[in-house]
Amino acid sequence: MIYLAEFAQNAHVCPKCGHHARLNARKRVEYLLDAGTFAERDGDMRSQDILEFARPDRSYDQKLADEADKSGIPEAVIYGTGAIHDQAVVLAVIDTNFFMATMGSVVGEKITRAIELATATQTPLVIVSASAGARMEEGMFSLMQMAKTSAALARLHEARLLYVSVLTDPTLAGVTASFATLADVIVAEPQATIGFTGPRLIEQITHAKLPAGTHSAEFMLERGMVDCIVPRSDLRRTLARLIGLYSPPMPNFHTDGVPPLNGGPHAESVL
Amino acid sequence: MAYEFEQALVDLRERIDSMESELKNGAPDDAAQELQSLRSELDRQTADVFANLSPWDRVQLARHPQRPRTLDFIRYAFTDFVELHGDRHYGDDLAIVGGPARLGDTPVMVVGHQKGKDAKDNQLRNFGMAHPEGFRKARRLMQQAEKFRLPLFTFLDIPGASPFLADEERGQAWAIAENLLTMSQLRTPIIVTVIGEGGSGGALALGIGDRVLMLEFSMYSVASPEGAASIVWKDAKLAPEAAGSLKPFAQDLKELGIIHRVVPEPVGGAHVDPRGAAQDLKAALVEELAALQKFPAPKLVERRYEIYRSLGVVAP
Repeated sequence: MIYLAEFAQNAHVCPKCGHHARLNARKRVEYLLDAGTFAERDGDMRSQDILEFARPDRSYDQKLADEADKSGIPEAVIYGTGAIHDQAVVLAVIDTNFFMATMGSVVGEKITRAIELATATQTPLVIVSASAGARMEEGMFSLMQMAKTSAALARLHEARLLYVSVLTDPTLAGVTASFATLADVIVAEPQATIGFTGPRLIEQITHAKLPAGTHSAEFMLERGMVDCIVPRSDLRRTLARLIGLYSPPMPNFHTDGVPPLNGGPHAESVL
Repeated sequence: MAYEFEQALVDLRERIDSMESELKNGAPDDAAQELQSLRSELDRQTADVFANLSPWDRVQLARHPQRPRTLDFIRYAFTDFVELHGDRHYGDDLAIVGGPARLGDTPVMVVGHQKGKDAKDNQLRNFGMAHPEGFRKARRLMQQAEKFRLPLFTFLDIPGASPFLADEERGQAWAIAENLLTMSQLRTPIIVTVIGEGGSGGALALGIGDRVLMLEFSMYSVASPEGAASIVWKDAKLAPEAAGSLKPFAQDLKELGIIHRVVPEPVGGAHVDPRGAAQDLKAALVEELAALQKFPAPKLVERRYEIYRSLGVVAP
């Protein structure tokens, strides 16, 4: 038995077994940033029922309102500026408590604005990702968020700015196949489920049981898909260290004639 | 094979075909008259069937096993195609094909998903469900297109990216994401055409361009209707219902501003006349390329950014 207070103090990680429970976005921000530095942006942005999708139980609008009530956030992502160990960052955090962190227009738009803000202000970018998949109710607008966020990241990388992606439980489907993996450094939380097609869906398709542990952060680390696994208690310190290491006192590439790189994160890594 | 909604049309076409060959062998004069009336009956019934297609009929049309595939469009609309293989890391995925070719006189690069023609071909091509190595082969060819300043033409026709554990182990998500990043910055014109089933992220992995076209009876969807039905309705059997709600058809997506142009298909669908469908598509591609060639590469990339930047509907 563990006490809730102890659990909360330990960043929602079980002090006995090390299990990382899902963390809500506001708590995550609180754990990661220097106290009182978070300035949220576009907090009132809302989705719209553009397709008038015929859901079986309640309208999409009603579902969104219910999800907002349940989770305490207006959509599945919050973003803004802040500091980690006095170093400025743009931080976006996705929260599975809102509609299983499915990606619709608002998630794509806020992530894109976060990327563009980091690019415009030459600030390191941290995105804490999670997602169960696409937001069906937004149809192709949902799919196109993959294109939009990836295009914005191409520009960020061209400007030689750092992007650290943190994969939390679960990060699947279109989010993994776009901004969550197009990073200079991919950090995963212990035991997080990570992939494109999730384990339950694979079992449904193949009518066969998967061995335990597929899609875990540890499984993906072994296969070369993520850079490191960092327990939640070390995450803030690790991010601070990475931001420091990847921010050498460089000449300003925009003004001293050094041409920008083309080729994305892999080109960055050979620097 | 034929779907229920087109069975009557297929029967009529068969009768017309057999009567035509009878006439060649010297059938009586009244046969010519009967043939004429059968043909107008076919036209009438085709118009009637196609005016009343349900969303589920349209899904079936987009997936029609006789529908022309990427290699058919390459054969009929391009010349001098040299198919290139392999991702140089792991293997060659036959669910994606590509290589240099000519459109008219212009050397270009073509890349597309490739579904199989029959059961055996489908085994080889994993039913068109591309593996990570397929997306990586595609990316290699995209980068060649940029290096040699070849306009890039892509063709989308995939049920969805391959959903097996082996694909996860080889980085399916990573392969798709890299393509999105590469295509968004590629310094050469990109013209995308959805020719059949544009299924989700695996389709988008070849799908970022300066112009996105759809054949009239193709579809392009965030998830298969079956997948969407099992997520939203908790029952894959309600796919026909989901098909309507997802708005995955060419005209819907043109109206929503997701794609730019609908290319009409021959009467009765592209599978009735693949060669005709390819000729019509070729005319559209030539026209689209001519329009894009006016832009210098940096302008093109900037324009492309704006196209995707604007997609999404939010308030305020």
